[in-house]
Formats: sequence, C-alpha cells, structure tokens
Amino acid sequence: MDKIKRNRDYIALFMAVFAAIVFILIATFSYKFAPNNPLATDYDNLLKAPCSQYFFGTDQLGRDIFSRILYGGRTSLLIAFLVTAIISVTGIVIGAVSGFCGGVVDGILMRISDMLMAFPGSIFTIALVSFMGTGLVNLIIAMSLTGWTYYARLSRSMVLSIKNNNYIEQARLGGANPIKVLNCYILPVIIPPLLVYISQDIGSKLLTIAGLSLLGLGSQPPTPEWGYMLSEGKEYMNSAPWMLLFPGIIILINVIVFNLLGDALQNVLNPKKSAI
Amino acid sequence: MEQIKEISTRMASLVVILFGLSILTFSLTYILPSDPVEQLVESMGAGHDEEVMSRMREKYGLDKPFVEQYMVWLNGIFHGDFGLSVQYGQPVAKVLARKLPNTVILAVTSFIFMIAVSFPLGIISAVYKNKIADYIIRFMSFIGVSIPGFWVGMMLIYLFSVKLHLLPVGGSGSFEKLIMPTLTLGLGMSAYYIRRIRAVMLEQMGENYIIGCLSRGVKKSAIIFKHILPNSLLSIVTMLGMSFGGLLGGTMIVETVFSYNGIGKTAVDAISKRDYQVIQGYVLWMGFIYVMVNLFVDLSYQWFDPRIRRKGRKGGN
Repeated sequence: MDKIKRNRDYIALFMAVFAAIVFILIATFSYKFAPNNPLATDYDNLLKAPCSQYFFGTDQLGRDIFSRILYGGRTSLLIAFLVTAIISVTGIVIGAVSGFCGGVVDGILMRISDMLMAFPGSIFTIALVSFMGTGLVNLIIAMSLTGWTYYARLSRSMVLSIKNNNYIEQARLGGANPIKVLNCYILPVIIPPLLVYISQDIGSKLLTIAGLSLLGLGSQPPTPEWGYMLSEGKEYMNSAPWMLLFPGIIILINVIVFNLLGDALQNVLNPKKSAI
Repeated sequence: MEQIKEISTRMASLVVILFGLSILTFSLTYILPSDPVEQLVESMGAGHDEEVMSRMREKYGLDKPFVEQYMVWLNGIFHGDFGLSVQYGQPVAKVLARKLPNTVILAVTSFIFMIAVSFPLGIISAVYKNKIADYIIRFMSFIGVSIPGFWVGMMLIYLFSVKLHLLPVGGSGSFEKLIMPTLTLGLGMSAYYIRRIRAVMLEQMGENYIIGCLSRGVKKSAIIFKHILPNSLLSIVTMLGMSFGGLLGGTMIVETVFSYNGIGKTAVDAISKRDYQVIQGYVLWMGFIYVMVNLFVDLSYQWFDPRIRRKGRKGGN
C-alpha cells in the first residue's frame, strides 16, 4: 500500500515537472508557435470573436489574442522565474548566514527583514515601483528587494534546528571552515524542503505580476502581458468577453501547474508531513 | 510578572519596527528618479535655474541632511501631518480618513463571509477525510488558491452586471455595491483557509489525546468541537489577524476592479497621478495597522491559550 502511494507520488511529480517544462518551452519559443504577430493590428477584424483565423479572437486594435497570450507568457513566466530565483537564493543565503553566525549579524539581518515584513502583501513592492517609476525592470527590482524575507526566515529557522547536530560539530572538529560547513553540510540539508516553497512561489509571483500589471505598474503597452491584457479586457467586456476570458484562464492554468508541482514535491520530499 | 515582561519586550520591539517602518517610508522619496524641485521649478516655467532651485530647496528644507529632514517629517507625522495631497489639495490624513470607512466596511463583510464559508467547509473536509465531500472541497479550494482574485472579480462583473443586470458594475456606498467585492475577496481567502483548517485539524487528530478521548468513549462531535477545534484555532488565529490587517489596508486590486472608493483605490489613483505624499501616507498607515494587528494577535494568545498564560510564551517566533 505504502509502496503504491510512493510510486503514485513519483508519477505525480514527474507529470507536474513535465507540464511545467512544457509551459516554459511554449513560453520561450512563443515566436515559433504564434500564428500572428502579437503587435500587428488588423483594422478589418476589431474585437472579432474566436474563429479559425484567430483562435482566441482579437482585441480592440485587432491584435491576435492567442499570439499575445503566447508572447505574454514569455514576459510573465520569465519575470516570475527571475524574481523567484533572485529572492530564493539571496533569502536562503541571508537566512543561513544569519542563523549560522548568530549574534550581531543575526540581529541586524533579522531586524531588516522584520521591517520589510511589517508591510502586508505587496504594499511595499507597489510603493517602491510607484516611486522608482513603472516598468518591468523596476518591477523586478522592487519584487526582489522585498521578497527575500520569507526565505530568510525559513532557512534561518531550519539552520537553527540543525546547527547543533553532532555531524556539524564533527565537521567543525575535522577542521572544516565555516564556509565549508555552510556549503557542504547545511545548505544541502535545508534546500530540498525549500524547493516546495520555491515552486509554489513561482505561481504566486505570476499572480503578483499580473496584479501589478493590471494596476499599470508592470509591463507597459504595447508589450503583451497577461495582467495588462486583462485590464484592457475589462474595458471591452461588454462587446468582447473573450478578451477577459482567455488571459485569465491561462494565468489560472499556469498557477495550477506550479502549485501542483509544489504539492507533488511536498509529497515526495516530506512524505510524513503530507501523509496526514 | 511574566506577562508584564512579555508585553514590555513586545512593546520595545514594536517601537523598533515602527521606527524602521518610518525610515523605509521616508526613504522612498530618495529613490524618485527625477528631482521634485527641478520638476516643480520647470513646471512653473522658470527653466533650469540653479539659483531658483536652491532657494526652493531651502524653502522646503530639502537642503538639510537626511537625518534632519527625517526628524522634521517624523515630527509632522506625530502631529498628524502627513503632508499635502497634490491631487486633492487637502492634507493626506484627511483624504485617507475620508476613504477609510468604506474600506473598513468591505474588510468586515469579506472577513465574516470568509469565516462563514471556510470554517464549515474546512471542518467537513477534515472530518470526512478522503470521502467524496473532502475531494470536492479540496478540488475547489485548490482551484481557489490558484485563481487570480481580480479575474474572479471581473468575471463576476461580466456575469452579474453585464449579462444578468442584477448588480451594479462598481462603486461604493450601498449594499448591492458591496456584494461582488465581498465575494471576490472572501472566496479567495476562503480557499486558503479551508486548506489550512483542514491541515491543522488533521494534525490535531493524530495526537495522542484524541486517541485517549476515543478510547474513553467520548462522542465524536464532542471531540471535534471541544478538543480538536479549539486546539486547531490557535494556529489559525495568527493568520486571521494578518488577513484582517491586510484587508484593512484595502486591497488595491479588488478596489480598483470594482471602482470601490476605499483607501486601496485612493492609493492606486495616487500612483497614477504621482501624488507621492498620499502613497507615503498610505504605506505608513498600512505598516502601522499591520504591526498593531500582529501585536494584538500575539497578546490574544494569552487569552486563547491557557498554557501560555501560565508559562509565558513557548518558543519564539
């Protein structure tokens, strides 16, 4: 019974990884799949309903929504990946150093993260972008500056819980310097469980990016981006509901894939915790 | 004695955090890509005149060092002076205070809706684990945490306003206008809480004291409502507090989608109009509320959990 469940977990993980890779590939090579130029306008076919020429219909400028979604995936997924990579690496390093060194270093780093965490949700990110000026680069900077705190907290608490284990002591006695201890004995232990959060974070970053673009803080027109497409779609929902429908569904599917990946990783990596 | 010590340490760290919060908020003006004085002078038609600009800096105290400017600003904050909104030509505090009631109403209704939905479903899902009801609830809540909230809002508008003509598209001030924003915010949070409640309840169910209760023949409903639920509630309370804190800040996106006249939408409008004083005031307000709610939640543990009342807080966080 247990073995069957274990196998099922691995199959689920494999499928989730496969789906994620497919989505990433589609986004990366969107220029090959897209049937039309996402920026090309077609004034004979404004707000056209989905048909064989335009699978998902066209928008107010006659641009092909299907192609725009494909290209938009490039923007959204790329940024989500980039931001998650930056914040997870810096966060884990900061947290590990903080927990490992303790003392003043720990105090300072954790107070900084306390202050950033004192703002709920993405409020401070939004404030940063609005002061720096809107745009994708500033969006990435702002999300990176504020996003690392969660990882720092998690990895710090994990380091604290394993720091006093005998095998770490032994490594130290064996003459390993602190950097080697951190690199070879601590990080390899704490990173796998964090992969679960990283995967789910990609999904939540996709939502944040779409949300911020919806507010006009992310990508600027005419660059196709899912969140921005939705904000355009809202204006035309009366006559062209497909402008609203498809970008939303695509965001949903992508977030689902990364959440599933997180759940599948959880099942494989921490079977005890997920058994309940 | 233990309690007084606990509260005083909390207060001390609170002061530090609020201090840091104000520094972060104040520093925002320093990352502005353009010099506000230059813009102001040029918009007055004076061109790029160094002397005029330095006079202006002197007038607004912008030639002073960072610390001094910060102290002046902070002093203003303590006196309720958050600066002047360019957009409204009114003090920022006044602008935000006017929008606050709308946001509070929406926060309360969505919070109540969320509790009314997530607690029963979460409990059912945990009690009937791996039964049909559980699968359905789990599936729905999984979709719920993955779906973009603003998109749900837009689809609601499409369905109830555009197609069925049942509800107004947006705005604020009446009960009908409150329904869709409440649904949007409430459903999103519910999905999250259903998952959490199920997880913590299942965790409790595996504890020895539950097996003890079962073996003594305590009724199942009594176990669930008198033992598992109160114990599970403890870890939920923190999240509830944070969610409510977040709601009080007005969720910018939902308020914008429904043109709901709360402080979230005010902040978004301020961003597009480059009304930096309002953004600053809003950010400071958000941080303050959040910190206070967290403090309140931490202190409420003493009331919720008798173990902590007796021994002092176990473990740090």
